[in-house]
Amino acid sequence: MDKLCSLREAITEEIEDGMAVAMGCTLESLIPFAAGYEIIRQKKRDLTLIAPISDIQFDQLIGAGCVRRVIASWVGNVAAGLGHNFRRAAEEGVPYPLEIEEHSNFTVALGLKAAAMGVSFLPTKTVRGSDFSRAEHFRSVTCPFGGEELLAVRSIVPDVAILHVQKSDCEGNAHVWGNLGVAHEAAFAAKKVILSSEEIVTHEHILSDPNRTIIPGFLVCRVIHEPLGSHPSPAQGYARRDDDFYFDYHDLSRSRKGTLSWLEKWVFSVKDHAGYLALLGEERLKGLKPQGDLFSPRVSFNF
Amino acid sequence: MTVGLTRSEHGSYDLDELMIIEAARHIRNGDVVMVGTGLPMVATTLAMKTHAPELVAVIESGPIDPIIMQTPISVSDPRAMHEAARLGSLREVLGCVLQRGLVDIGFIGGAQIDQFGNINSTVIGDYRSPKVRLPGSGGANDIACHARRLLIIVSHEKRRFPLKCDYVTSPGYLNGPGARQRAGLKVLTPTITVVTNLVVMETDAETGLFCVTKLMPGVDLDAVYGNTGFRPGVASTLEEVAPPSDRDLETLREEVDPDGVYVKRGKSH
Repeated sequence: MDKLCSLREAITEEIEDGMAVAMGCTLESLIPFAAGYEIIRQKKRDLTLIAPISDIQFDQLIGAGCVRRVIASWVGNVAAGLGHNFRRAAEEGVPYPLEIEEHSNFTVALGLKAAAMGVSFLPTKTVRGSDFSRAEHFRSVTCPFGGEELLAVRSIVPDVAILHVQKSDCEGNAHVWGNLGVAHEAAFAAKKVILSSEEIVTHEHILSDPNRTIIPGFLVCRVIHEPLGSHPSPAQGYARRDDDFYFDYHDLSRSRKGTLSWLEKWVFSVKDHAGYLALLGEERLKGLKPQGDLFSPRVSFNF
Repeated sequence: MTVGLTRSEHGSYDLDELMIIEAARHIRNGDVVMVGTGLPMVATTLAMKTHAPELVAVIESGPIDPIIMQTPISVSDPRAMHEAARLGSLREVLGCVLQRGLVDIGFIGGAQIDQFGNINSTVIGDYRSPKVRLPGSGGANDIACHARRLLIIVSHEKRRFPLKCDYVTSPGYLNGPGARQRAGLKVLTPTITVVTNLVVMETDAETGLFCVTKLMPGVDLDAVYGNTGFRPGVASTLEEVAPPSDRDLETLREEVDPDGVYVKRGKSH
Protein backbone atom coordinates (compact mmCIF):
# COMPACT_ATOMS: atom_id res chain seq x y z
CA MET A 1 0.00 0.00 0.00
CA ASP A 2 1.29 3.43 -0.94
CA LYS A 3 1.54 5.55 2.22
CA LEU A 4 3.18 8.60 0.69
CA CYS A 5 1.69 11.92 1.70
CA SER A 6 2.72 15.43 2.62
CA LEU A 7 4.03 16.26 6.07
CA ARG A 8 1.10 18.60 6.60
CA GLU A 9 -1.38 15.84 5.86
CA ALA A 10 0.42 13.34 8.10
CA ILE A 11 0.56 15.67 11.10
CA THR A 12 -3.01 16.89 10.59
CA GLU A 13 -4.45 13.41 10.41
CA GLU A 14 -2.25 11.38 12.74
CA ILE A 15 -1.31 13.72 15.60
CA GLU A 16 -4.02 14.71 18.05
CA ASP A 17 -3.71 17.03 21.01
CA GLY A 18 -2.70 15.11 24.14
CA MET A 19 -0.90 12.28 22.34
CA ALA A 20 2.39 10.71 23.43
CA VAL A 21 4.88 11.16 20.60
CA ALA A 22 8.35 9.61 20.38
CA MET A 23 10.64 11.63 18.15
CA GLY A 24 14.36 12.10 17.74
CA CYS A 25 15.12 8.52 18.69
CA THR A 26 18.62 8.31 17.19
CA LEU A 27 19.91 10.87 19.69
CA GLU A 28 21.55 13.86 18.06
CA SER A 29 21.36 12.63 14.47
CA LEU A 30 18.34 12.04 12.19
CA ILE A 31 16.09 14.16 14.38
CA PRO A 32 12.79 14.74 12.52
CA PHE A 33 12.98 18.54 12.77
CA ALA A 34 10.76 19.13 9.73
CA ALA A 35 7.99 17.12 11.43
CA GLY A 36 8.56 19.04 14.68
CA TYR A 37 8.18 22.35 12.86
CA GLU A 38 4.94 21.17 11.27
CA ILE A 39 3.58 20.19 14.71
CA ILE A 40 4.42 23.71 15.90
CA ARG A 41 2.85 25.26 12.80
CA GLN A 42 -0.36 23.33 13.40
CA LYS A 43 -0.38 24.41 17.08
CA LYS A 44 -0.78 20.94 18.52
CA ARG A 45 -1.17 21.06 22.32
CA ASP A 46 -0.63 18.97 25.48
CA LEU A 47 1.72 16.49 23.84
CA THR A 48 3.92 14.10 25.76
CA LEU A 49 7.35 13.91 24.09
CA ILE A 50 9.42 10.74 24.37
CA ALA A 51 13.13 10.19 23.59
CA PRO A 52 16.43 9.98 25.45
CA ILE A 53 18.04 13.11 23.95
CA SER A 54 16.60 15.02 21.01
CA ASP A 55 18.96 17.97 21.10
CA ILE A 56 17.01 21.24 20.67
CA GLN A 57 13.86 19.66 19.25
CA PHE A 58 12.15 19.26 22.64
CA ASP A 59 13.20 22.78 23.65
CA GLN A 60 11.60 24.17 20.48
CA LEU A 61 8.33 22.29 20.97
CA ILE A 62 8.20 23.32 24.65
CA GLY A 63 8.84 26.96 23.75
CA ALA A 64 6.10 26.78 21.12
CA GLY A 65 3.61 25.67 23.75
CA CYS A 66 2.96 22.21 22.31
CA VAL A 67 4.10 20.15 25.30
CA ARG A 68 2.62 19.16 28.65
CA ARG A 69 4.99 16.35 29.60
CA VAL A 70 8.41 14.98 28.62
CA ILE A 71 9.67 11.44 29.10
CA ALA A 72 13.38 11.98 28.55
CA SER A 73 16.81 11.73 30.06
CA TRP A 74 18.21 15.03 28.79
CA VAL A 75 16.62 18.19 27.42
CA GLY A 76 18.88 21.04 26.33
CA ASN A 77 21.17 22.12 23.54
CA VAL A 78 23.95 19.57 23.08
CA ALA A 79 26.46 22.03 21.64
CA ALA A 80 25.62 25.06 23.74
CA GLY A 81 24.37 23.67 27.06
CA LEU A 82 21.13 24.50 28.79
CA GLY A 83 17.76 24.55 27.03
CA HIS A 84 16.31 27.98 27.72
CA ASN A 85 12.70 27.06 26.93
CA PHE A 86 12.95 23.85 28.95
CA ARG A 87 14.26 26.00 31.83
CA ARG A 88 11.49 28.58 31.57
CA ALA A 89 8.82 25.87 31.52
CA ALA A 90 10.33 23.95 34.46
CA GLU A 91 11.26 27.01 36.53
CA GLU A 92 8.46 29.50 35.76
CA GLY A 93 5.72 27.53 34.00
CA VAL A 94 6.29 29.60 30.81
CA PRO A 95 4.62 29.22 28.38
CA TYR A 96 3.06 26.28 30.24
CA PRO A 97 4.03 24.19 33.27
CA LEU A 98 5.90 21.03 32.33
CA GLU A 99 5.74 17.56 33.82
CA ILE A 100 9.03 15.70 33.61
CA GLU A 101 9.39 11.94 33.81
CA GLU A 102 13.10 11.68 34.71
CA HIS A 103 15.10 8.93 33.05
CA SER A 104 18.61 7.90 32.20
CA ASN A 105 19.33 7.13 28.57
CA PHE A 106 19.28 3.42 29.30
CA THR A 107 15.92 3.47 31.10
CA VAL A 108 14.22 5.26 28.16
CA ALA A 109 15.54 2.47 25.94
CA LEU A 110 14.32 -0.21 28.36
CA GLY A 111 10.87 1.40 28.73
CA LEU A 112 10.47 1.46 24.95
CA LYS A 113 11.89 -2.05 24.60
CA ALA A 114 9.38 -3.35 27.17
CA ALA A 115 6.54 -1.82 25.15
CA ALA A 116 8.10 -3.15 21.94
CA MET A 117 8.04 -6.69 23.38
CA GLY A 118 4.60 -6.35 24.91
CA VAL A 119 5.65 -6.64 28.56
CA SER A 120 4.87 -4.16 31.33
CA PHE A 121 8.43 -3.60 32.53
CA LEU A 122 12.06 -4.61 32.14
CA PRO A 123 14.58 -5.01 34.96
CA THR A 124 17.95 -3.31 35.21
CA LYS A 125 20.73 -2.45 37.65
CA THR A 126 21.04 1.14 36.47
CA VAL A 127 19.65 4.30 38.19
CA ARG A 128 19.54 2.61 41.63
CA GLY A 129 20.62 4.95 44.41
CA SER A 130 19.93 8.14 42.46
CA ASP A 131 17.27 10.64 43.54
CA PHE A 132 15.08 9.85 40.55
CA SER A 133 15.09 6.10 41.29
CA ARG A 134 12.13 6.79 43.62
CA ALA A 135 9.93 8.14 40.82
CA GLU A 136 6.66 6.36 40.12
CA HIS A 137 7.78 4.88 36.79
CA PHE A 138 10.44 2.86 38.60
CA ARG A 139 9.97 0.13 41.23
CA SER A 140 12.37 -2.01 43.15
CA VAL A 141 11.85 -5.69 42.34
CA THR A 142 13.50 -8.81 43.68
CA CYS A 143 14.93 -11.33 41.26
CA PRO A 144 12.74 -14.44 41.61
CA PHE A 145 15.73 -16.69 40.93
CA GLY A 146 18.61 -15.27 42.98
CA GLY A 147 17.07 -12.65 45.25
CA GLU A 148 19.00 -9.72 43.75
CA GLU A 149 17.36 -6.29 43.98
CA LEU A 150 16.67 -4.78 40.57
CA LEU A 151 15.01 -1.67 39.21
CA ALA A 152 11.85 -2.29 37.20
CA VAL A 153 11.36 0.24 34.40
CA ARG A 154 7.73 0.74 33.42
CA SER A 155 6.97 0.29 29.73
CA ILE A 156 6.73 3.45 27.63
CA VAL A 157 4.04 3.26 24.93
CA PRO A 158 4.06 6.09 22.38
CA ASP A 159 0.84 6.76 20.50
CA VAL A 160 3.05 7.71 17.56
CA ALA A 161 6.75 7.48 16.75
CA ILE A 162 8.03 9.97 14.19
CA LEU A 163 11.37 8.90 12.72
CA HIS A 164 13.58 10.42 10.06
CA VAL A 165 15.30 7.81 7.89
CA GLN A 166 17.68 7.79 4.93
CA LYS A 167 15.72 5.53 2.57
CA SER A 168 12.19 4.26 2.53
CA ASP A 169 9.95 2.66 -0.04
CA CYS A 170 6.40 3.97 -0.40
CA GLU A 171 5.16 1.33 2.08
CA GLY A 172 7.50 2.46 4.85
CA ASN A 173 10.11 -0.30 4.74
CA ALA A 174 13.07 1.81 5.79
CA HIS A 175 16.83 1.61 5.67
CA VAL A 176 18.64 3.41 8.46
CA TRP A 177 22.37 3.50 9.02
CA GLY A 178 24.74 5.29 11.32
CA ASN A 179 24.13 5.07 15.06
CA LEU A 180 20.69 3.68 15.77
CA GLY A 181 19.89 5.08 19.23
CA VAL A 182 16.46 3.77 20.21
CA ALA A 183 14.87 4.03 16.75
CA HIS A 184 14.16 0.30 16.49
CA GLU A 185 12.67 0.14 19.99
CA ALA A 186 10.52 3.23 19.37
CA ALA A 187 9.18 1.90 16.05
CA PHE A 188 8.10 -1.39 17.62
CA ALA A 189 6.80 0.25 20.83
CA ALA A 190 4.57 2.83 19.16
CA LYS A 191 0.96 2.25 18.16
CA LYS A 192 1.77 3.81 14.79
CA VAL A 193 4.85 5.13 12.99
CA ILE A 194 5.32 8.14 10.72
CA LEU A 195 8.48 8.26 8.60
CA SER A 196 10.09 11.21 6.91
CA SER A 197 12.75 10.08 4.49
CA GLU A 198 15.70 11.58 2.63
CA GLU A 199 14.96 9.38 -0.36
CA ILE A 200 12.04 7.31 -1.59
CA VAL A 201 13.37 4.19 -3.31
CA THR A 202 11.76 1.15 -4.88
CA HIS A 203 10.46 -1.78 -2.90
CA GLU A 204 13.06 -4.00 -4.65
CA HIS A 205 15.88 -1.70 -3.55
CA ILE A 206 14.92 -2.13 0.12
CA LEU A 207 14.34 -5.88 -0.20
CA SER A 208 17.80 -6.37 -1.71
CA ASP A 209 19.42 -5.43 1.62
CA PRO A 210 17.03 -6.51 4.40
CA ASN A 211 19.56 -6.43 7.26
CA ARG A 212 19.66 -2.68 6.81
CA THR A 213 15.88 -2.44 7.17
CA ILE A 214 15.46 -1.16 10.73
CA ILE A 215 11.75 -0.44 10.37
CA PRO A 216 9.50 -2.88 8.50
CA GLY A 217 6.70 -1.18 6.59
CA PHE A 218 3.80 -2.97 8.28
CA LEU A 219 4.42 -0.79 11.35
CA VAL A 220 4.24 2.42 9.37
CA CYS A 221 1.12 4.48 8.61
CA ARG A 222 2.62 7.46 6.72
CA VAL A 223 5.69 8.05 4.58
CA ILE A 224 6.86 11.56 3.70
CA HIS A 225 9.57 12.38 1.20
CA GLU A 226 11.40 15.16 3.02
CA PRO A 227 15.02 15.71 1.92
CA LEU A 228 17.05 17.46 4.64
CA GLY A 229 14.12 16.82 6.96
CA SER A 230 16.53 16.38 9.86
CA HIS A 231 18.24 19.76 9.45
CA PRO A 232 20.10 20.98 11.55
CA SER A 233 20.91 17.45 12.78
CA PRO A 234 23.09 15.21 10.62
CA ALA A 235 21.87 12.43 8.31
CA GLN A 236 24.81 10.17 7.52
CA GLY A 237 25.49 10.17 3.79
CA TYR A 238 23.19 13.15 3.15
CA ALA A 239 23.87 16.07 5.46
CA ARG A 240 26.36 17.23 8.04
CA ARG A 241 25.40 18.77 11.34
CA ASP A 242 24.76 22.52 11.02
CA ASP A 243 26.58 23.50 14.21
CA ASP A 244 25.99 27.26 13.85
CA PHE A 245 22.23 26.78 13.71
CA TYR A 246 22.29 25.40 17.26
CA PHE A 247 24.40 28.26 18.59
CA ASP A 248 22.15 30.86 16.92
CA TYR A 249 19.08 29.18 18.40
CA HIS A 250 20.75 29.16 21.80
CA ASP A 251 21.44 32.91 21.67
CA LEU A 252 17.98 33.88 20.48
CA SER A 253 16.03 31.51 22.70
CA ARG A 254 17.64 33.02 25.81
CA SER A 255 14.56 35.26 26.12
CA ARG A 256 10.90 34.45 25.60
CA LYS A 257 10.72 37.26 23.07
CA GLY A 258 13.73 35.90 21.18
CA THR A 259 12.13 32.45 21.10
CA LEU A 260 8.95 33.86 19.61
CA SER A 261 10.89 35.72 16.94
CA TRP A 262 12.91 32.58 16.18
CA LEU A 263 9.69 30.59 15.77
CA GLU A 264 8.17 33.32 13.62
CA LYS A 265 11.17 33.37 11.29
CA TRP A 266 11.89 29.66 10.93
CA VAL A 267 8.45 28.07 11.40
CA PHE A 268 5.45 30.37 11.07
CA SER A 269 6.69 32.61 8.26
CA VAL A 270 7.31 29.64 5.95
CA LYS A 271 4.56 27.36 4.79
CA ASP A 272 6.47 24.11 4.70
CA HIS A 273 9.92 22.54 4.85
CA ALA A 274 10.75 23.61 1.31
CA GLY A 275 10.19 27.18 2.47
CA TYR A 276 12.48 26.60 5.46
CA LEU A 277 15.23 25.25 3.20
CA ALA A 278 14.85 28.23 0.88
CA LEU A 279 15.32 30.48 3.90
CA LEU A 280 18.54 28.65 4.77
CA GLY A 281 19.75 29.33 1.25
CA GLU A 282 21.56 27.24 -1.32
CA GLU A 283 25.02 28.28 -0.24
CA ARG A 284 24.52 27.09 3.33
CA LEU A 285 22.92 23.83 2.25
CA LYS A 286 25.77 23.17 -0.15
CA GLY A 287 28.23 23.51 2.71
CA LEU A 288 26.37 20.83 4.65
CA LYS A 289 26.55 18.23 1.91
CA PRO A 290 29.18 15.50 2.46
CA GLN A 291 31.95 15.77 -0.11
CA GLY A 292 32.10 12.59 -2.17
CA ASP A 293 30.89 9.15 -1.18
CA LEU A 294 32.10 6.41 1.16
CA PHE A 295 30.21 3.36 -0.06
CA SER A 296 29.97 0.06 1.77
CA PRO A 297 30.59 -3.07 -0.32
CA ARG A 298 27.60 -4.96 -1.67
CA VAL A 299 26.92 -8.39 -0.22
CA SER A 300 25.32 -11.41 -1.84
CA PHE A 301 22.06 -12.74 -0.44
CA ASN A 302 21.99 -15.61 -2.93
CA PHE A 303 21.18 -19.13 -1.74
CA MET B 1 39.25 31.13 39.41
CA THR B 2 41.08 32.53 36.44
CA VAL B 3 44.06 30.48 35.59
CA GLY B 4 46.99 32.14 33.96
CA LEU B 5 49.45 30.98 31.46
CA THR B 6 52.17 28.65 32.59
CA ARG B 7 55.55 28.50 30.98
CA SER B 8 57.59 25.38 30.83
CA GLU B 9 60.55 24.10 28.94
CA HIS B 10 58.08 23.20 26.21
CA GLY B 11 56.90 26.73 25.78
CA SER B 12 53.61 28.09 26.99
CA TYR B 13 50.39 26.27 27.56
CA ASP B 14 47.45 26.97 29.75
CA LEU B 15 45.92 24.82 32.44
CA ASP B 16 42.78 24.18 30.40
CA GLU B 17 45.02 22.40 27.93
CA LEU B 18 46.89 20.53 30.64
CA MET B 19 43.56 19.50 32.17
CA ILE B 20 42.65 17.73 28.93
CA ILE B 21 46.11 16.21 28.56
CA GLU B 22 46.17 14.98 32.19
CA ALA B 23 42.68 13.48 31.82
CA ALA B 24 43.84 11.66 28.68
CA ARG B 25 46.72 10.12 30.65
CA HIS B 26 44.20 8.30 32.84
CA ILE B 27 43.12 6.25 29.85
CA ARG B 28 45.33 3.17 29.40
CA ASN B 29 46.15 1.65 26.04
CA GLY B 30 43.56 -1.07 25.41
CA ASP B 31 40.94 0.32 27.78
CA VAL B 32 37.30 0.05 26.79
CA VAL B 33 36.17 3.65 27.31
CA MET B 34 32.54 4.74 27.54
CA VAL B 35 32.84 8.33 26.45
CA GLY B 36 30.48 11.30 26.79
CA THR B 37 30.05 14.52 24.82
CA GLY B 38 32.38 17.51 25.07
CA LEU B 39 35.71 17.48 26.89
CA PRO B 40 35.60 13.69 27.52
CA MET B 41 35.47 13.19 23.74
CA VAL B 42 38.35 15.64 23.25
CA ALA B 43 40.57 13.95 25.83
CA THR B 44 39.70 10.45 24.57
CA THR B 45 40.58 11.48 21.02
CA LEU B 46 43.89 12.84 22.28
CA ALA B 47 44.63 9.58 24.11
CA MET B 48 43.78 7.63 20.96
CA LYS B 49 46.19 9.71 18.91
CA THR B 50 49.05 9.55 21.43
CA HIS B 51 49.67 6.86 24.05
CA ALA B 52 46.53 4.74 23.70
CA PRO B 53 46.00 3.87 20.01
CA GLU B 54 44.30 0.62 20.97
CA LEU B 55 41.65 2.08 23.24
CA VAL B 56 38.13 0.99 22.32
CA ALA B 57 35.77 3.95 22.43
CA VAL B 58 32.12 3.14 23.06
CA ILE B 59 29.55 5.88 22.51
CA GLU B 60 26.08 5.83 24.03
CA SER B 61 24.20 6.37 20.78
CA GLY B 62 25.54 3.05 19.47
CA PRO B 63 29.05 3.28 17.95
CA ILE B 64 31.64 0.73 19.10
CA ASP B 65 35.33 1.37 18.42
CA PRO B 66 35.06 4.22 15.91
CA ILE B 67 37.87 6.43 14.74
CA ILE B 68 36.94 9.83 16.06
CA MET B 69 37.65 12.33 13.30
CA GLN B 70 38.28 15.95 14.15
CA THR B 71 36.44 16.24 17.41
CA PRO B 72 32.73 16.67 16.89
CA ILE B 73 30.49 18.75 19.08
CA SER B 74 28.05 15.95 19.83
CA VAL B 75 28.61 12.23 20.28
CA SER B 76 25.86 11.33 17.88
CA ASP B 77 27.58 12.75 14.85
CA PRO B 78 28.94 10.88 11.83
CA ARG B 79 32.27 12.56 12.66
CA ALA B 80 32.39 10.32 15.76
CA MET B 81 31.47 7.13 13.90
CA HIS B 82 34.07 6.77 11.19
CA GLU B 83 35.08 3.17 10.44
CA ALA B 84 33.50 1.91 13.64
CA ALA B 85 33.76 -1.80 14.37
CA ARG B 86 30.01 -1.65 14.77
CA LEU B 87 27.26 0.93 14.76
CA GLY B 88 24.68 -0.48 17.11
CA SER B 89 21.95 0.86 19.34
CA LEU B 90 21.81 2.69 22.64
CA ARG B 91 20.30 -0.30 24.43
CA GLU B 92 23.04 -2.49 23.07
CA VAL B 93 25.97 -0.38 24.25
CA LEU B 94 24.47 0.68 27.58
CA GLY B 95 23.08 -2.81 28.23
CA CYS B 96 25.32 -5.35 26.55
CA VAL B 97 28.59 -3.45 27.01
CA LEU B 98 28.22 -1.13 30.01
CA GLN B 99 25.76 -2.91 32.33
CA ARG B 100 27.25 -6.23 31.28
CA GLY B 101 30.53 -5.07 32.86
CA LEU B 102 32.73 -4.78 29.75
CA VAL B 103 33.69 -1.13 30.22
CA ASP B 104 37.02 -0.34 31.91
CA ILE B 105 36.56 3.36 32.31
CA GLY B 106 33.62 5.74 32.00
CA PHE B 107 34.43 9.32 31.08
CA ILE B 108 31.98 12.19 31.60
CA GLY B 109 31.72 15.88 32.42
CA GLY B 110 29.72 17.12 35.38
CA ALA B 111 27.66 20.03 36.59
CA GLN B 112 27.96 19.59 40.38
CA ILE B 113 30.14 17.04 42.14
CA ASP B 114 30.05 16.59 45.92
CA GLN B 115 32.51 15.19 48.46
CA PHE B 116 31.36 11.60 47.82
CA GLY B 117 31.64 11.90 44.03
CA ASN B 118 27.88 12.14 43.48
CA ILE B 119 27.00 14.13 40.37
CA ASN B 120 24.09 16.49 39.89
CA SER B 121 23.08 17.41 36.36
CA THR B 122 19.34 17.73 37.05
CA VAL B 123 18.54 20.78 39.16
CA ILE B 124 20.05 23.60 41.23
CA GLY B 125 17.86 24.30 44.24
CA ASP B 126 14.72 22.41 45.18
CA TYR B 127 13.55 19.81 42.66
CA ARG B 128 9.90 20.94 42.89
CA SER B 129 10.70 24.63 42.42
CA PRO B 130 14.07 24.69 40.76
CA LYS B 131 16.37 27.70 40.72
CA VAL B 132 18.04 26.32 37.60
CA ARG B 133 16.69 23.36 35.70
CA LEU B 134 19.64 21.52 34.16
CA PRO B 135 19.27 19.11 31.22
CA GLY B 136 19.24 15.84 33.21
CA SER B 137 21.12 12.56 33.29
CA GLY B 138 21.63 11.68 29.66
CA GLY B 139 23.87 8.64 29.87
CA ALA B 140 25.79 9.93 32.90
CA ASN B 141 23.78 7.99 35.47
CA ASP B 142 24.23 4.73 33.58
CA ILE B 143 27.97 5.31 33.30
CA ALA B 144 28.36 6.27 36.98
CA CYS B 145 26.39 3.18 38.04
CA HIS B 146 28.45 0.72 36.03
CA ALA B 147 31.99 1.99 35.40
CA ARG B 148 34.64 0.50 37.66
CA ARG B 149 36.78 3.54 36.97
CA LEU B 150 34.94 6.81 36.47
CA LEU B 151 36.82 9.78 35.07
CA ILE B 152 35.25 13.24 35.35
CA ILE B 153 36.67 16.31 33.65
CA VAL B 154 35.37 19.67 34.77
CA SER B 155 36.52 23.26 35.05
CA HIS B 156 37.19 24.09 38.72
CA GLU B 157 34.66 26.47 40.25
CA LYS B 158 33.44 26.52 43.84
CA ARG B 159 29.77 26.23 42.86
CA ARG B 160 30.59 23.02 41.01
CA PHE B 161 31.98 21.35 44.14
CA PRO B 162 29.39 21.62 46.93
CA LEU B 163 29.60 19.59 50.12
CA LYS B 164 26.38 17.87 49.13
CA CYS B 165 24.67 17.92 45.72
CA ASP B 166 21.21 19.47 45.56
CA TYR B 167 20.12 16.35 43.67
CA VAL B 168 21.89 13.06 43.01
CA THR B 169 21.56 12.38 39.29
CA SER B 170 24.49 9.95 39.08
CA PRO B 171 25.70 8.00 42.09
CA GLY B 172 29.17 8.30 43.51
CA TYR B 173 29.53 6.85 47.01
CA LEU B 174 26.04 8.31 47.81
CA ASN B 175 26.07 9.13 51.55
CA GLY B 176 29.17 7.16 52.42
CA PRO B 177 30.80 3.72 52.68
CA GLY B 178 28.45 0.81 52.00
CA ALA B 179 25.76 2.99 50.48
CA ARG B 180 26.24 1.72 46.94
CA GLN B 181 25.73 -1.84 48.16
CA ARG B 182 22.62 -0.87 50.12
CA ALA B 183 21.27 0.88 47.02
CA GLY B 184 21.70 -2.34 45.03
CA LEU B 185 24.37 -1.15 42.63
CA LYS B 186 26.62 -3.69 40.95
CA VAL B 187 29.95 -1.84 41.17
CA LEU B 188 30.53 -1.26 44.87
CA THR B 189 33.82 0.63 45.10
CA PRO B 190 34.47 2.52 41.88
CA THR B 191 37.57 4.64 41.55
CA ILE B 192 36.25 8.12 40.81
CA THR B 193 38.87 10.53 39.48
CA VAL B 194 38.19 14.21 38.91
CA VAL B 195 40.58 16.20 36.73
CA THR B 196 40.18 19.98 36.79
CA ASN B 197 42.34 22.93 35.82
CA LEU B 198 43.57 23.06 39.46
CA VAL B 199 43.78 19.54 40.70
CA VAL B 200 43.41 15.78 40.37
CA MET B 201 41.26 14.19 43.08
CA GLU B 202 40.43 10.55 43.58
CA THR B 203 37.92 8.83 45.86
CA ASP B 204 39.17 6.61 48.65
CA ALA B 205 37.46 3.21 48.42
CA GLU B 206 37.10 2.94 52.23
CA THR B 207 35.70 6.35 53.06
CA GLY B 208 34.20 7.22 49.68
CA LEU B 209 35.68 10.72 50.07
CA PHE B 210 37.88 12.67 47.67
CA CYS B 211 41.61 12.97 48.21
CA VAL B 212 43.88 15.35 46.32
CA THR B 213 46.47 13.26 44.47
CA LYS B 214 48.02 15.88 42.17
CA LEU B 215 48.17 19.65 41.88
CA MET B 216 48.48 21.55 38.63
CA PRO B 217 51.78 23.43 38.21
CA GLY B 218 51.69 26.71 40.15
CA VAL B 219 48.58 25.72 42.13
CA ASP B 220 48.75 25.18 45.91
CA LEU B 221 46.35 23.45 48.28
CA ASP B 222 44.95 26.77 49.51
CA ALA B 223 43.80 27.54 45.96
CA VAL B 224 42.04 24.17 45.91
CA TYR B 225 40.42 24.69 49.34
CA GLY B 226 39.34 28.20 48.38
CA ASN B 227 37.59 26.92 45.25
CA THR B 228 36.00 23.79 46.68
CA GLY B 229 32.91 23.58 48.86
CA PHE B 230 34.28 20.67 50.88
CA ARG B 231 37.71 19.93 52.27
CA PRO B 232 39.24 17.01 50.34
CA GLY B 233 41.92 14.87 51.96
CA VAL B 234 45.48 14.95 50.71
CA ALA B 235 47.31 11.87 49.46
CA SER B 236 50.61 11.10 51.18
CA THR B 237 52.13 10.91 47.72
CA LEU B 238 50.92 14.35 46.56
CA GLU B 239 52.52 15.12 43.20
CA GLU B 240 52.55 17.87 40.64
CA VAL B 241 50.86 17.15 37.32
CA ALA B 242 53.59 16.56 34.75
CA PRO B 243 53.85 19.31 32.13
CA PRO B 244 52.64 18.48 28.64
CA SER B 245 55.02 17.00 26.12
CA ASP B 246 55.48 18.72 22.76
CA ARG B 247 53.64 15.83 21.17
CA ASP B 248 50.66 16.20 23.52
CA LEU B 249 50.35 19.91 22.84
CA GLU B 250 50.85 19.61 19.12
CA THR B 251 48.35 16.79 18.80
CA LEU B 252 45.76 18.63 20.87
CA ARG B 253 46.18 21.93 19.06
CA GLU B 254 46.71 20.75 15.53
CA GLU B 255 44.78 17.48 15.23
CA VAL B 256 42.17 17.15 17.94
CA ASP B 257 40.84 20.69 18.29
CA PRO B 258 42.41 22.77 15.50
CA ASP B 259 39.57 25.29 15.45
CA GLY B 260 39.78 25.96 19.18
CA VAL B 261 36.20 24.86 19.75
CA TYR B 262 37.02 23.39 23.14
CA VAL B 263 40.19 25.19 24.16
CA LYS B 264 39.96 28.90 23.56
CA ARG B 265 43.13 30.21 21.97
CA GLY B 266 44.78 33.52 21.60
CA LYS B 267 46.65 33.48 24.87
CA SER B 268 49.37 30.99 24.25
CA HIS B 269 50.35 31.13 20.63
